[in-house]
Amino acid sequence: MAITSIKNLKEFSTANDRFEGAHLLCPGCAHSMIVRELMNCTDDNLVIATNTGCLEVSTAVYPYTSWDTSWIHIGFENAATAASGAEAMYKARKRKGTLKNPDAPVKFVAFGGDGSTYDIGFQWLSGAVERGHDFTYICLDNEVYANTGGQRSSSTPIGASSTTAPAGRVSYGKKENKKDMMAIMAANGAHYVAQVAPNKWKNMAQAFQKALATEGPCYINAISACTTEWKFDAKDTIHISDLATDSLVFPLYEIVGGHELNITYRPKNIIPVCDYLGAQGRFRHLFKPENEHVLVEWQKRVDANWERLQRREEARV
Amino acid sequence: MSIGNVLGNDKRGRIELGAEKKVGWDEVTHGVVLHSFEDDATDVSSRKAEDRNYAQFSSYVATVASWRVIKPVYNRDICIDCQNCWIYCPDTSIISRDKQMLGIDYDHCKGCGVCVEVCPTNPKSLLMFAEAHNPEDALASWPEKKKKEEK
Repeated sequence: MAITSIKNLKEFSTANDRFEGAHLLCPGCAHSMIVRELMNCTDDNLVIATNTGCLEVSTAVYPYTSWDTSWIHIGFENAATAASGAEAMYKARKRKGTLKNPDAPVKFVAFGGDGSTYDIGFQWLSGAVERGHDFTYICLDNEVYANTGGQRSSSTPIGASSTTAPAGRVSYGKKENKKDMMAIMAANGAHYVAQVAPNKWKNMAQAFQKALATEGPCYINAISACTTEWKFDAKDTIHISDLATDSLVFPLYEIVGGHELNITYRPKNIIPVCDYLGAQGRFRHLFKPENEHVLVEWQKRVDANWERLQRREEARV
Repeated sequence: MSIGNVLGNDKRGRIELGAEKKVGWDEVTHGVVLHSFEDDATDVSSRKAEDRNYAQFSSYVATVASWRVIKPVYNRDICIDCQNCWIYCPDTSIISRDKQMLGIDYDHCKGCGVCVEVCPTNPKSLLMFAEAHNPEDALASWPEKKKKEEK
């Protein structure tokens, strides 16, 4: 059955899953929720490029693949490159008339973790967006190099303890702020940029469909709560994502055409940032008396960011 | 349609991970392509899992059941078919057909417990039990409906 518009969850559940079980992601990993939903919200053929990271090593463990679609694995930095190469070849073959089935719709999607998006693959992603390939890049943002053992990335938020920026007697963890990838990609010329979270499934499905339908490069930042590195119980993935979106640590919004900002989810009850931080082991040390100033700063920064987004939405520039 | 029809005669979960025969590092073909299906896969998005011809390279034929220490048990009598468990399951292990929740695919379920957390009914229609627990005993010991706490 074709899933053209998703009205409710019952209707959505008639989709035919194209992401198979028995992959080796941790129990309760949000990566697979996001990937499953992307593959369920479209019936088009997908060409997916995945760079090295949790998703790749867990879904293509020789001799198995969990993907019921064309799938390319490539090095840590080049998911955007692989997708743009495949897209360029598809266009060229279409022009020459050498495609077997030229009318079948094909969508190009690249998946990367935050390490490969914010740090290692940044240059390549920027290049692919600048060249204007018709593809969607989805960053599975778990704010740490989870696959290699929890090293800090430039997506790791301030105060989080990671193996290369550990909290202890002299340090409260990472001291630098998270990079604002959404603003960077919008400025880079991506036609559609959105931040999504798996707990808001409808919001996420709509963003995916919008991105796939948009011609030109699109960027989606998907929050992926990591049970192993954020240190919470496997069953709480959705609960932690709820806390993240309702405390506005991860506001859900989209930027269309580089300037038109829309907030796509406004929490009814905004909860304090401390509730979100306190639910995770990686922030536990912040609740010691000597680190109280970091918590105050956190709340201030989140409030200021929410204010900024609302102003930008009003201004429409 | 029942869960028996869905699970009955397919290749799901036949192979224990790690038990498959592997070739050595110097025998692996370069640039290997792992085919998910044994036949034409152009219309895969219009076919249900039980109608697909999975190849031996699809992880669908493998099982991760040995990862579990606790398992979800499903109580059909309380379920309202909201499909929250279906959308949030990270392991494609909730089997839903024709807008109805049929049951759990224990070959691919890792026992994370997300489905139990997102279940909105009172009492919950999915609960976690120890892996060795008999499902019938589990259903017999299902908790009663909780009354709302008085304020």
